Amino acid sequence: MSPRISEYPQVLFKNRVPGETVLIDGYRTTGGYTALEKAFKELDPATIRDQAKRANLRGRGGAGFPTGIKWSFFPADQPGKKYLVCNCDEMEPGTYKDRELLRADPHQLIEGVIISAFALQTPVAYIFIRYAFEDCAANLDRAVAEATAAGYLGKNILGSGFDCEIHVHRSAGRYILGEETALLNGLEGKRPNPRSKPPFPAVRGLFGQPTTVNNVETLANVPHIINHGAEWYKGLARTLEGAGTKLFGLSGHLERTACFELPVGIPLREVVEEVGGGVRGGRTFKACLPGGASTPYLTAAQLDTPLDFEPLEAVGSRFGTAGVTVFDDTTCMVAATLNLIRFFARESCGWCTPCRDGLPVVAWLLNKIESGKATFDDIDMLKDQFRNISGRSFCALAEGAMGPVAGLLNHFEQELADHVIKGRCPLKKK
Amino acid sequence: MELLPENQQEFFRSKAAAIAHPRELVIDALRAVQSHHGWVPDEGVTLVAALLGILPIEVEEVATFYDKIFRRPVGKRVIHVCDSICCWTREGEAIFAYLQEKLGIAPGETTADGVFTLLPTCCLGACGDAPAMMIGLTTYGPLTPQRVDEILAQVRAEVSA
Repeated sequence: MSPRISEYPQVLFKNRVPGETVLIDGYRTTGGYTALEKAFKELDPATIRDQAKRANLRGRGGAGFPTGIKWSFFPADQPGKKYLVCNCDEMEPGTYKDRELLRADPHQLIEGVIISAFALQTPVAYIFIRYAFEDCAANLDRAVAEATAAGYLGKNILGSGFDCEIHVHRSAGRYILGEETALLNGLEGKRPNPRSKPPFPAVRGLFGQPTTVNNVETLANVPHIINHGAEWYKGLARTLEGAGTKLFGLSGHLERTACFELPVGIPLREVVEEVGGGVRGGRTFKACLPGGASTPYLTAAQLDTPLDFEPLEAVGSRFGTAGVTVFDDTTCMVAATLNLIRFFARESCGWCTPCRDGLPVVAWLLNKIESGKATFDDIDMLKDQFRNISGRSFCALAEGAMGPVAGLLNHFEQELADHVIKGRCPLKKK
Repeated sequence: MELLPENQQEFFRSKAAAIAHPRELVIDALRAVQSHHGWVPDEGVTLVAALLGILPIEVEEVATFYDKIFRRPVGKRVIHVCDSICCWTREGEAIFAYLQEKLGIAPGETTADGVFTLLPTCCLGACGDAPAMMIGLTTYGPLTPQRVDEILAQVRAEVSA
């Protein structure tokens, strides 16, 4: 018997009250800004960077790169302009955790940004926020003003001699801006195609200066790690290798579609059956996207997989953003994949050919299969397109788009074949 | 119709003069023009270029990239209906069809009274409240045909007030 939802340790959502936003007084009541005071009065930047590394904090934006390692590449001691950028473009279908965090408790991000800026010695930080999140942007504007008035932001923070300013940048749409180098072009006011890497942002980033880009949830974890230590943070996870809690956004055919803070390493079955309340209407679980639109499907055979980076890679998928989208037994996986590919094709920035031209071909093939007009040659062509796009695009967008296609080819080849054999979608009612 | 009030033009002019990279204000300035004028005509592009001291093409290449910058006239309120996977699993297609029927327009069109423009959009980050839509900068969900009726009536009342 797994614990009830209320018994999961709450770190990022501990102050969360549905429909309300915690302001600075409420935030301080539960220990807000004590980590910042500790960081500025007792710790030096290198110690803070080391804490993140020892806590095994991994990026929450989808790629899961260890934050401490990313920070260790950063030339914190190099004089001159440097930037910290927080990525709140959150636009991958199925992902809405950063919005829930910023709606509930925006000061966590502000405190995390200031401590991280101190750790990296970047006096200027940008929070890049997507167009659809005006509610969050307004919360951040207010939190920045409150933190400034309280002396946590601005010149000579707490007498440390360190200055920090935070700019909230409102964007205007397009998924590609979640790619960190496209985001940097967007911040600079240039056409936001991705940049060639290397040089990596840590060497040449925003305005050509060393820059670190971190996700909202990643930075929001930093104050808690500073307050409670690396061992405590690692102990929050259910797996030995894992660390921390994770914000899971549940969606699709579940009884409860909401955002929950759960331990890293929680089995998929527990998320679906206990937290999500099971599949809607008493139906059967068919598949899910475990971590957003770009992660290969898991099937019922994988329900016991612990939701953490390595265990999900071992079963051919990815942890991604932990946006779990569930499909019941009435779902046609060809139709679902077609929906996903249409998203990626439309959001392609058009910079490279495999993405700009390849994704529409994949969408065309899936549509042909779904509408019952395909032959087995079309399934072969789908496999060819998959091979030709994978690993050949300029950035990770098309690579991510191939995630659900990989899941479709690996787990649902018979369903693809049935479309051809029957000359119609076998799951659509006649 | 005026593109941007003089005090806002002055705000961008002085801010651009005070910072090292005035071009970083291009989205803010385009959004200001759009918020005031409803959409961004060619004159809006040249105005933003002049305010920031950059080339019109440098503004245009940005303006045409973002789907939430409107380079063609739109209604007083733009309805963005999510057509991504989570809304798809929860009858988002039916809601989009209902909106087309109710407003009597196809995607990309504007109602005859000039109030609503209907557009599809990718995921709005409201996956737990699917199916969802955004009108202006406000997100609504979960939607049913009845809820859509109520929201449209409420927004129409706001627009005519």
